[in-house]
Amino acid sequence: MDMRSHLGRARGLGSAKEGYDHWWGQRLTSIAMVPLSFWFVYSMVGLIGADYETLLAWAGTHGNALMMVLFVMTLFHHLNAGVQVIIEDYVHTEWLKIASLIVVKYGCIALALSCIIAVLRLAFGG
Amino acid sequence: MVEFLLPKDSRVRKTGITYKAPGGATNIKKFKVYRYNPDAGENPRIDTYEVDLDTCGPMVLDAIIKIKNEQDSTLTFRRSCREGVCGSCAMNIDGTNTLACTKPIDEIKGDVKIFPLPHMPVVKDLVPDLNLTYSQYRDIEPWLKADTAAPNQERLQSEADRAKLDGLWECILCFCCQTSCPSYWWNSERYLGPAVLLQAYRWLADSRDEAKEERLEALEDPFRLYRCHTIMNCTMACPKGLNPGKAIAEIKKLQLERRG
Repeated sequence: MDMRSHLGRARGLGSAKEGYDHWWGQRLTSIAMVPLSFWFVYSMVGLIGADYETLLAWAGTHGNALMMVLFVMTLFHHLNAGVQVIIEDYVHTEWLKIASLIVVKYGCIALALSCIIAVLRLAFGG
Repeated sequence: MVEFLLPKDSRVRKTGITYKAPGGATNIKKFKVYRYNPDAGENPRIDTYEVDLDTCGPMVLDAIIKIKNEQDSTLTFRRSCREGVCGSCAMNIDGTNTLACTKPIDEIKGDVKIFPLPHMPVVKDLVPDLNLTYSQYRDIEPWLKADTAAPNQERLQSEADRAKLDGLWECILCFCCQTSCPSYWWNSERYLGPAVLLQAYRWLADSRDEAKEERLEALEDPFRLYRCHTIMNCTMACPKGLNPGKAIAEIKKLQLERRG
């Protein structure tokens, strides 16, 4: 039974004095994802049926490699921020929440790095 | 995990009591009302009241007062002003949180379903326990704070600055918005909720207040403020036509402004 006062419950552990960076980062990456996604889909559609040499030539340009790295970094930053919020909203079992947050964070970092390495290998001729 | 089902003791029983309209009534509307009595040791149930609309006022509150007077004096609910000013009769009517006193019965098709405000502990029938929410309101310190010595007259404010409070001061703290917000349902102890944040902005927007830093610092928290995901149920529900969603966005913009 919870015998705390209502005000004690309302105040809890107090303000974390942060939260802005996460919120603003999520907003910025969501805006950035709009042009980046259009560019990515447009580029991939253009490469349908292309042979490996054509793809290598496409990925080897400075601009395309840069856009791919930006796309991947933005995507996984946004994915991590979004899934983190969902977990914090819905998972209230403390150990499960922390474990899920760790898995998601390092999962996103690993996937992002893996994609970036792949892009660089393509760009520098693998 | 978040509990998507009600606890066992809170689940609504299938069988309720039906109160028939008096004989001779021709214009009958059925009101299906959530009933819970903590002293009875039973789960909640839905009772059906047949109300003769020919002898009833136009609003849902008129009907439930009539039910209490004429059919079942045990029906418990809060009400006071009966004109949308006091915020006491906030309840979930026809699936939406609103004030019973300003909700016309003829806007509702079919049976009128009435529940207490969602996701709050129920004291009895349609009376929710609002203590936590009131304490959250208390915690944002909803009063003017100024270090400048009090003048011998009112603290002055330009007409333009006064206009910034429009759409905020009208809030009557009925908590229709607060209890319509899924973020508040899942994290009510950590997220302040739309009603409390609208009030927090009411003081941030006040040109006479000198405690902006303190207020913004207290709100700067992943749960207290940023748990708002702009679902906008709050704005949909507000019976006074206010926009808590926008007020919360304005607080976030202030957090941005003081960094930029």
